[in-house]
Amino acid sequence: MSELRGDTYPHAPGFVAGDRPQIVTSRFRYEDSHTLQRYLDTGGYQGLRAALAKTPTEVHDDVKRATVLGRGGAGFPAGVKWGLTPQGKFPRYLVVNGDESEPGTYKDRLLMERDPHQLIEGCLIACYAAGLSQCFLYIRGEMALAQERVATALNDAYAAGYVGKNILGSDLSVDIVLHWGAGAYVVGEETALIESLEGNRGMPRLKPPFFPAAIGLYGMPTIVNNVETLANLPWLATNGVDAYLAIGTPTSPGTRMVCVSGHVRRPGVYEMINGTTTFRDLIYGDEFCGGIRDGRELKAFVPGGGSAPWFTPEQLDIPFEGKLAGAAGSMLGSGAVMVMDETTDIPAAALTLTNFYAHESCGKCTPCREGGTWLQRLLTRVVNGQGTQADLDQIFEVGTSICPGDFPHASSEKLGLEAVPFPYKMTTICFVGPSAYAPLNSALVLFPEEFQARLKKRISIPVTGVNG
Amino acid sequence: MARFSDSNLAIAREIIARYPKPRSATIPLLHLAQEQDGYVTDDAMAQIGELVGASSAEVLGTATFYEMFKFKPVGNYLINICGTLSCALMGAGELMHHAEQKLGIPVGGTTDDGMFTLEHAECQAACSEAPCLQVNYRYRYKVTPEMLDGLIDDLRDGKLTAEIPPHGTVARVRQRIPADRGVGAVPPQDATDMPVWLRNQPEASA
Repeated sequence: MSELRGDTYPHAPGFVAGDRPQIVTSRFRYEDSHTLQRYLDTGGYQGLRAALAKTPTEVHDDVKRATVLGRGGAGFPAGVKWGLTPQGKFPRYLVVNGDESEPGTYKDRLLMERDPHQLIEGCLIACYAAGLSQCFLYIRGEMALAQERVATALNDAYAAGYVGKNILGSDLSVDIVLHWGAGAYVVGEETALIESLEGNRGMPRLKPPFFPAAIGLYGMPTIVNNVETLANLPWLATNGVDAYLAIGTPTSPGTRMVCVSGHVRRPGVYEMINGTTTFRDLIYGDEFCGGIRDGRELKAFVPGGGSAPWFTPEQLDIPFEGKLAGAAGSMLGSGAVMVMDETTDIPAAALTLTNFYAHESCGKCTPCREGGTWLQRLLTRVVNGQGTQADLDQIFEVGTSICPGDFPHASSEKLGLEAVPFPYKMTTICFVGPSAYAPLNSALVLFPEEFQARLKKRISIPVTGVNG
Repeated sequence: MARFSDSNLAIAREIIARYPKPRSATIPLLHLAQEQDGYVTDDAMAQIGELVGASSAEVLGTATFYEMFKFKPVGNYLINICGTLSCALMGAGELMHHAEQKLGIPVGGTTDDGMFTLEHAECQAACSEAPCLQVNYRYRYKVTPEMLDGLIDDLRDGKLTAEIPPHGTVARVRQRIPADRGVGAVPPQDATDMPVWLRNQPEASA
């Protein structure tokens, strides 16, 4: 078996550096990467200085031209998002989405724990460019260390004049308020995040009309950006648009953090080149995961977080690029790959995700609230060997109530299936409903025999005639 | 003691002042109450309502949405074992079974001595380090049954009190905005005035 390449650090469990460009993880190698001193020693707050030397419009144009894609899940370009705020309506707010809870993902937690100043600097650049008057940094409730690191970093940054009034002697005056959640997956959806930040139950709002850029926090224009997205901005501002565009592809420039977990030799979080790295590189490459554990065969993998339809070995050569993954029947989502080897019990694996989404439904939309738990009950029955064909049929019917029409799935030469491309139609406000169905649909479509084998055997009771 | 102590009341007011609307402080104040008492009491919710301008029922409505808030006492150490896909693939089911045996309680239960509460958690964001667990929101990675035994013994023997605070305390560092540096909350009002740094640029076009 070939040797794994790349550096790991005891102080950053899970992170693997390699011989690749590092935009957001460049300081992870230092044990004290979270301190202001280390940050300043390694070029920290230079991006902010460079940005302040330009006009806000110029900085905004740079971000647009660099096509910095949102790293939260939807992949929407940040510069375009900033431009969607209505003209002449102020104040505008920035809400940082650090409520990372997508199954398989933990890049934002590492960015907050290991390099909080980079995130703070990114927030300030966004506020400057898009004219955002106050920033709320929402960190997932369960991430105690991330909260401590960001709080410390903010306290230090305030004391040193990087946050608050007249930052670095400029006109820019912005408070960054640390806010923290209390455990709810759906709050990662941007309108639910805003509801939660207003002190309410974290239920998504109907879009339209509640597009945050127009009607967001307290009804004002609000930009909601993911942690990793903002963490890209200091490097971009320091090194320039051309340097950023030189990495990756024109439609997916820069790098991207991806978390690979499950049955691989070296699971971990990797910063990889956007758009060109394929799933084969990622799962089998020596500088990444180095193949499947114990020399086993790959059975299936989740390409983009728990909400994404699954891929099989037939899709290994697809690059990590949003449009291509979408055409193949899935999505890149939050950058989380979960790998299942040949020993995996597919129905049981699907059940863990169905349980997750049934548990995390906020209850606002009926198809998700009822459908999620319905799917959970049906699948539990099948996994326990008590299911029948009627249960499998019912699963498809419930799924169709959440997402009418053909649900996206990968192609399969083996089964003679064409891919159904992304996106799906949906009867719910947010993506939690469809996400409850996505893993189960993939499992059923791509591995029907495993479900059939689980069905309860029909018991035939012999009825014998009296004379027989 | 269920209402905020004087020092916590001062912290609560400081938190509220950062937000354009007091109600936004609801979740942080619920955490503060849980930090003080170990769980969220009815009195605390009534007081939070008074502080943020909501009824106690509205505060309860918000609080019950979020899993971290407990409304009756739980163990001093809340052990959350993750069971979502990545951890399940790496043996989380066996780990949970072992924890139940070791502690002598089922999932959701609390030991008689009030030391431990065991819960099943959904994805805790440490997926490559599976199976993972959190004790009062402090991580343990790649946990084997033997490691779990050692962890529980250490917690019982008080060896980890420096690293792991009692249930209720999440972050031990608070944000503090110095009065002379803070801008203050920016209230939502239908203003047409753009922020000064936009207004002052050569061609104000944003």
